[in-house]
Amino acid sequence: MSASAPTAPAPAAGPDAREARSIVDTLVRARELSLVGVLVLLVLGVTAAEPRFLNSQNVRDILLNVSIVGLLAVGQTVVVVTRNIDLSVGSVLGITAFATGVMFADHDMAIPVVFGVGILFGAFFGLLNGAMVALARVPSLVITLGTLYVIRGIDFAWAHGRQINAADMPSSFLHLGSATILGFPVLPLITIAVMIAVGTVMRSSRMGRELYAIGSNPDAANLAGIRAGRRVLGAFIASGALAGLAGVLYAARYGTLDAAAGTGFELNVVAAVVVGGVAIFGGSGTVYGAALGALLLACIRSALVILQVNPFWEQAINGALLLLAIGLDRLLALRVAARLRRRSAHRV
Amino acid sequence: MSDARTAAAPEAPAVPDKSLLARLARWETVTVLLLIASILYGTATSEDFLTGGNLNSILSDVAEIAIMAMPLTLIIVAAEIDLSIASVLGLTSALMGSLWNHGWAMELIVPTVLIVGALCGAVNGVLVTRLGLPSLAVTIGTLGLYRGLAYVMLGDQAVADFPSQFTDWGFGSFAGTQIPNPTIVFVVLAVIFGLVLHRSGIGRSIFAMGANEEAARFSGLRVKRVKLWLFVIAGMVSAVAGLVFTFRFASARADNGAGLELSVVAVVLLGGVSIFGGKGNLLGVIVAVLLLGTLRNALTLNDVSAEVLTIVTGSLLLLSVLGPSVTARVREALRRGHGAEAQPSTSTQ
Repeated sequence: MSASAPTAPAPAAGPDAREARSIVDTLVRARELSLVGVLVLLVLGVTAAEPRFLNSQNVRDILLNVSIVGLLAVGQTVVVVTRNIDLSVGSVLGITAFATGVMFADHDMAIPVVFGVGILFGAFFGLLNGAMVALARVPSLVITLGTLYVIRGIDFAWAHGRQINAADMPSSFLHLGSATILGFPVLPLITIAVMIAVGTVMRSSRMGRELYAIGSNPDAANLAGIRAGRRVLGAFIASGALAGLAGVLYAARYGTLDAAAGTGFELNVVAAVVVGGVAIFGGSGTVYGAALGALLLACIRSALVILQVNPFWEQAINGALLLLAIGLDRLLALRVAARLRRRSAHRV
Repeated sequence: MSDARTAAAPEAPAVPDKSLLARLARWETVTVLLLIASILYGTATSEDFLTGGNLNSILSDVAEIAIMAMPLTLIIVAAEIDLSIASVLGLTSALMGSLWNHGWAMELIVPTVLIVGALCGAVNGVLVTRLGLPSLAVTIGTLGLYRGLAYVMLGDQAVADFPSQFTDWGFGSFAGTQIPNPTIVFVVLAVIFGLVLHRSGIGRSIFAMGANEEAARFSGLRVKRVKLWLFVIAGMVSAVAGLVFTFRFASARADNGAGLELSVVAVVLLGGVSIFGGKGNLLGVIVAVLLLGTLRNALTLNDVSAEVLTIVTGSLLLLSVLGPSVTARVREALRRGHGAEAQPSTSTQ
């Protein structure tokens, strides 16, 4: 597919290359900038109509909600840049959240241990996904669509109708969901820290660049000696581990856990990532864009509630935004390609 | 799908191989054996399994899956995918409820929702063929969009006061037999889609564009037009599934058929259709539908809950993609071994 066209027209060398690079660079930066612009416009517009939108309680709610989906979006970005997709994140979050409850309620485990086990638990499912993708050599879409339902089914079989409540968990753990540092809630701080860490690895480490290389051209990556299989497996493990962490945070935030936690999150996450400028066929996009996408969707959701619009619009808007984002990307890519062609024709 | 992954897919060349082991290693044979196994399991564990009433409920339980699997088979053979079909089903159902609440006659509602279904498919098709967007991303988007619109229309209410001649049709059987009416709809569609896919020029061009889209275009096939129509038809047939679902349960709700796309994709792939396109057989898909139906029914008779049954559907999906890959490797190994022993000089691969 030519959907990753922003990176596809890679010209040979010389001034052409520099110009092309700068166009691509501008586009990539423009995505994050335009997202910030849309966010500002949305916030200003909604606040003008209903000032309650910017009161501290509502802002805190938005930030707390986005911190969980944001973590999933960061993990999803790592997978999507390699031209794969992980649809099982909602189910992994759900089963880890339930596992967190069980660890507290039945086993009285210490909080740091629960965090560690939760992350490992998620990473294990990521490993399963990655191993099957490598074994079957079929699109990860199909594999993770399968594990989405298998993991959710295991969750239901395990929970057997049981619900774990806030009373079963230590108050110091639940306090995480409402705690603040210098007035800023803790959960979003965790997400921001993870985002910066993953973003730095993706941007500056050899491993991170190899992920982009695999996504933009798997054959070339192979020829360049990149161990694609191992890297993609690593990406799935990272996505699973972050979904595990998100599951533990979900438990801290909501306090009430059953087997249905996180159902349908995968659509929100994929929408956030794509709206955030991560190309669905790999090779470009950043975790910052994905997190901004998640923030935008969370603001829209909150705006619907504040403006007392029928809340059932949310899912339709998420879907429409996803379509708008890929449509705009495609049009931009076509225009860049046309401009590059004109330039090179001019030179010749 | 990406060229790179198509190239990496393990493909055994089409050498006619008559040995029993090789025939056993064919994926279609595996599905038939699995079907027989699940029938034996059902018969052994429950005495209610082999009764006419139960066979009737097996068939009607998978009616919508079976109906939507027909157009999806063609779409996947053409190397595209449509994940929005179950959302079109839900949108159809919600629209029926909403129009009925507004006092429309059912005779008018039925054609309206069929047209809306076709329009939903047309949106997918236009975005994929005219704008050149990947069908995976487009239909994940419309999966959310159409389901969301269903909720916008009906919220969380249910409309259940449909006229009885329609709902009676939904859970009735055909002319005194044990064959449920929705199954008749499926059989008619299966015959039409089977003839189109395996006996017509359009069918051959669908295989051609699935195997190699560029080559198909250069041979003068109207790839985009055919694909556009495939999506339109998928939307319309999903609306038919929506009608069947709503009448069968005598209830229109926005969440009708939520998550059903998994089962449909699962049966199509389980039936031996390649996710990379260009390969598949409608008969295999029908066997896979029956397999899913019997297995779920047998487990339900043994008191497995509906939520836990998703493990079965998900596992069948995983099996359907892991299985052919493994059998292809086994076949490859057998062919190599066979060639080396018997006629080393003629074995050129």
